Amino acid sequence: MPRRRIDQPSQPASGPRQRWPVVVVGAGPVGSCAALDLAQHGVRTLLLDQDDKLSEGSRAICFAKRTLEILDRLGVGQRCVDKGVVWNRGKVFLRDRLLYQFDLLPESGHRRPAFINLQQYYLEQFLIDRLLESDEVEVRWNHKVIGVAQQADHVLVTVETPQGRTQVEAGYLLACDGSRSPIRSLLGLEARGQVFRDRFLIADVKMQAEFPTERWFWFDPPFHPGQSVLLHRQADDVWRIDFQLGWDADPDAERRPERVIPRIQAMLGPERPFSLEWVSVYTFRCQRMDRFRHARVFFVGDSAHQVSPFGARGANSGIQDADNLVWKLELVLRGEAPDALLDSYDAERIPAADENILNSTRSTDFITPKSRVSRVFRDAALGLAEHYPFARGVVNSGRLSLPHTYAATALNTPDRDRFAARLVPGSPALDAPLQSAGGAVWLIDQLCGRFCAMYFAGGAPADDSLAARLLGLARLPVPVHALVICAAGRAAPWHAAGLPAFDDGKELFAQRYDATPDTLYLLRPDQHVAARWRHFEVRAVREALARVTGASIEATPA
Amino acid sequence: MSALKTAANIPVPDEFYQALIDAHRDLSDEQSELLNARLILLLANHIGSMQVLREALAAAREGVANP
Repeated sequence: MPRRRIDQPSQPASGPRQRWPVVVVGAGPVGSCAALDLAQHGVRTLLLDQDDKLSEGSRAICFAKRTLEILDRLGVGQRCVDKGVVWNRGKVFLRDRLLYQFDLLPESGHRRPAFINLQQYYLEQFLIDRLLESDEVEVRWNHKVIGVAQQADHVLVTVETPQGRTQVEAGYLLACDGSRSPIRSLLGLEARGQVFRDRFLIADVKMQAEFPTERWFWFDPPFHPGQSVLLHRQADDVWRIDFQLGWDADPDAERRPERVIPRIQAMLGPERPFSLEWVSVYTFRCQRMDRFRHARVFFVGDSAHQVSPFGARGANSGIQDADNLVWKLELVLRGEAPDALLDSYDAERIPAADENILNSTRSTDFITPKSRVSRVFRDAALGLAEHYPFARGVVNSGRLSLPHTYAATALNTPDRDRFAARLVPGSPALDAPLQSAGGAVWLIDQLCGRFCAMYFAGGAPADDSLAARLLGLARLPVPVHALVICAAGRAAPWHAAGLPAFDDGKELFAQRYDATPDTLYLLRPDQHVAARWRHFEVRAVREALARVTGASIEATPA
Repeated sequence: MSALKTAANIPVPDEFYQALIDAHRDLSDEQSELLNARLILLLANHIGSMQVLREALAAAREGVANP
């Protein structure tokens, strides 16, 4: 297991107090993604971490398609996919029988799979490698934040370092410091919610095994009667096994090898060799802060909200928080959007957290019934699921992370035209395979952290005045990067007119976006749909751009 | 618009009631509890309408506990 010490000298504590546009606290996956994204947007960022080690085992392992798309934009997606284990299928067992299986990404034509499994320490390592290449980010290890004071135009951050105590000024502070967030405590804030009265043993086990690369979930298996078990494969022949123990289990006794090893042997058979990489006993909680923005301090990821792990909604939602916040910070820091745009972080990510908490709570209630009648209905649903497809929809072993649609945000321009696509304003963009002059490409890779106007030309010939209007979007108050999607074989003349142009040879773009010739989608830098029209008008794009950059948000006192 | 039917809808109520009781014959209380739960899930899926189901849940609860 790579737990290498990160060798990078810390900055001396002496000297004048430094001022940074953004200080990020916590170099876990969420903080590192935020810092990297800020750097890619040209925002000078200081990243502080209280130690200099990667995380240990039994943390996040499932990274969802949407997260991989974000990681692609940050330049680490391919390393994650290469190292990780790709899976799309889940199986649910009752006792010794397979009840049913499900495919999480039943359609092709997407660059990334539904999920990969990868130990969190690998993702952290890949992000840190990338951060250390950046000139915009400075990473300081063994820097523990011990004081946070909100000032009129900055946050004064007091930091304990090996060289002594120091202070830095942060234009904005991102608290990515985990579920027990010290910054939350320093500000006298709290996250509220419920604790689930159950305990789970989580073991990362190294072994050679022939299990397929699928998510296997057992209710009441013969090797662990009366409880549930989850099996997941990770990189390096490490397997995550998650045993439900019940509320009465003694967490200290249960994490001892003499208790853990027999449980695993009962599952795998006595003759299979394995070694324990990590063991832990958890109790799950669902909680969130009332607000994630507190003046110049933003809570991002587990510090803001926490869910049970059945659904892979922790790290995935945290990375999506960062994805939501960073472009807004960049625009505000550049003076291209009002401070009130930052309030939309709360307006968009609190409903996302609530969706995750709702799904996570429902899964936990199914897996750990809270009452006798709840257990009877759970067992009834499981019993029916083997023969009756409808009951499989009721069985809940975890509703796996999907990105939130910002359906109600004030940043959206409501549809004026009729669209039959699955997408609505606020949805994350859907990938599609395209052809460029250089060969096959993915749509999602063309949407690189800027506002994008995706124009569907269909089979129409390239038109100079239209091309000029599309190119002119780059000169709007906030630049909009135009690209043209065409029917098969029609891209070349658009390309010659100076626009990135692509053939939709498989017609999946047209289908997924319900695009007809002259349709235009305006996408935000986080690749969510801001507005769309059946016909392209510069004026409408300008209005939607003003709206999505906060012009229509009522300023609220900080 | 669908709503919960509360006027008589089964043409042969006695036959239905006997079939319901017969279905539980020779079952322990625990087995009966499970049968009822299975029956509720099967019928709920057949009904399909969340509105009808919510009305039925409310009507059923009204006779048991104060709302």
